[in-house]
Amino acid sequence: MDQVIEKLQNADNILEVTDLCKFFKAGRKQTLKAVDHVTIGIKRGETLGLVGESGCGKTTCGRTMIKLYEPTSGKVVFDGKDISTLKGKDLLEFKKNVQIIFQDPYASLDPRMTIGEIISEGMDIHFHFSEEEKTKRVADLLNKVGLSAEYANRFAHELSGGQRQRVGIARALAVEPKFIVCDEPISALDVSIQAQVVNLLIKLQKEFGLTYLFISHDLSMVKHISDRVGVMYLGSMVELASNYDLYGEPLHPYTQALISAIPMADPDGEATRERIKLEGEVPSPINPPPGCKFRPRCRYAMDICEKEAPKLIEVKPNHFVACHLCHQQHK
Amino acid sequence: MSTEENKVTSATEWEDIPAEKFQIIGTDDFSGDIIARPKVGYWADAWRRFRENKIALVALIILVVMVIMVIFGPAISGYNFEQMDTSAINQTPNAQHWFGTDSLGRDLFARVWQAGRVSLAIGIVGAVVASVVGSIYGGIASYFGGIVDDIMMRIVEVLLSIPYLIIVILISVVTDSKSMGTMMLALTLTGWCGIARLVRGQMLQLKSQEYVLAANALGVSPFKTIMRHMIPNTIGIIIVAITFDIPGYIFSEAFLSYIGLGIQPPDTSWGALASAAQQNFMFYPYQLFFPSIMIALTMLSFTLLGDGLRDALDPKLRK
Repeated sequence: MDQVIEKLQNADNILEVTDLCKFFKAGRKQTLKAVDHVTIGIKRGETLGLVGESGCGKTTCGRTMIKLYEPTSGKVVFDGKDISTLKGKDLLEFKKNVQIIFQDPYASLDPRMTIGEIISEGMDIHFHFSEEEKTKRVADLLNKVGLSAEYANRFAHELSGGQRQRVGIARALAVEPKFIVCDEPISALDVSIQAQVVNLLIKLQKEFGLTYLFISHDLSMVKHISDRVGVMYLGSMVELASNYDLYGEPLHPYTQALISAIPMADPDGEATRERIKLEGEVPSPINPPPGCKFRPRCRYAMDICEKEAPKLIEVKPNHFVACHLCHQQHK
Repeated sequence: MSTEENKVTSATEWEDIPAEKFQIIGTDDFSGDIIARPKVGYWADAWRRFRENKIALVALIILVVMVIMVIFGPAISGYNFEQMDTSAINQTPNAQHWFGTDSLGRDLFARVWQAGRVSLAIGIVGAVVASVVGSIYGGIASYFGGIVDDIMMRIVEVLLSIPYLIIVILISVVTDSKSMGTMMLALTLTGWCGIARLVRGQMLQLKSQEYVLAANALGVSPFKTIMRHMIPNTIGIIIVAITFDIPGYIFSEAFLSYIGLGIQPPDTSWGALASAAQQNFMFYPYQLFFPSIMIALTMLSFTLLGDGLRDALDPKLRK
């Protein structure tokens, strides 16, 4: 495990997450393990995709990384600093450098504020601009995300979903962050708008040298935007590899099933496509099965899977998998 | 056949167009998005929407007239509300006594407006006090959450389970008075509980809203988050709750005075007036008519006003 952590962490990383856990209390005695010992390193300037089914802890993982939730255990290091120890000025600096774009563009904008007020909220805290300069900056940002400066005086409910999401992006950009968690920024939008927003995100990344954590359950979108992809299942990372490796040669049975579910644009390919259908439901994260969490649904389940939870191991260069079968095959 | 040939020729023509005939005219800028409407603030916008609601506007006008009459009414008639005149008892409305007189010869016009002072004061002060206490209580409970929230909300539930009639009787017995102050105390003692629950629920909902999380992610301090996001998004609900609560207090006061637990003579309220008139109802129905119509009109107006405010204060309903 330590070897893996070393392998995942190096000087290029903007954000390093080690053994991160986030448990929620569910009732008196039970705990819900939303994020269970996750380790990732995110390189400066890259886009790391994070995929998984609904409720597998993707969002919680993203929010815990940027200190919106306090982690139950584990360490998050941003730019060489452990974020749990940050206070006062350093904490403010961290919040300036790290931003989030939310999933629901209808809930993420305050209905009582104009677009201009929403975007300048962060500027008021981190910069000291005059009113004129603020107005100018807001107009610039609106133009950058493809909206007219006229929108600054409007309220959020006057905008469409795609426009609101652009405002959400402008709000995050307003404080000039280095790292942005994109928490399913496109899942609430319709397909034509999805492409616009994703291409906007790619354009902005090039322009500002941003690093993204792109959380989504849309596998083809993640393939389009990401450099590396992590697959989560029930709070754990089951596979982490480059975009090319993961989609070309998925190793974990769960990833294989996910990839096989992507529809193809080619009708002939679609007709002959082999789908791996997963049996059963995702087990409750309150009482996950012992050993490998995927075992009850895995068609390759072995004895060892029941006894021991597989660790994330590098089976090929920069291809990490948490599966006993893959570990044996690639020894 | 000929159309097909035409198509072919036109296609070849198109291919033959030399490049210099094309001209780059650029892409559309945002000129289509320019908005003519000037910037309007939240309250200006709410007022604009409120004005469009004619029923609520009429209710507001009735209430304003009511308040003006309550302030100046007793002085207009030229009679003191306590002044008895044995030569003019139980008169029907006439030129001297616009609303007539009661069984002791007191001018009803002066008495109705004097009574309105007590009724409206109890209604407004009661609702405002209850809202302030309730908002603070509910805000604290939702902010701290956990065990604090649990204990505070159990207290509210216990208080809500006591019928207010018992509290009123107990308080009038304990304090040995039936003044306006006692009534207000008795009515607000448990009246804030409803608002406390409302505010707590709203705040809890807001706490997990993504825009509050976004403020947190931007580094906005908790105090500023409460001031800029939580309170503005709760204030509409509180204002509406106040307007809906006022008729409740007015009615409670009228009811208590009617059964003799409220305001005592010579002071009076609409409920007390109605109670006194009820004994002579068969012979002098107008004595009951005026206080009753005031109670009904005020309650209706406040309810309609509350309705209009609820619509006006919600920017999502903006057209």
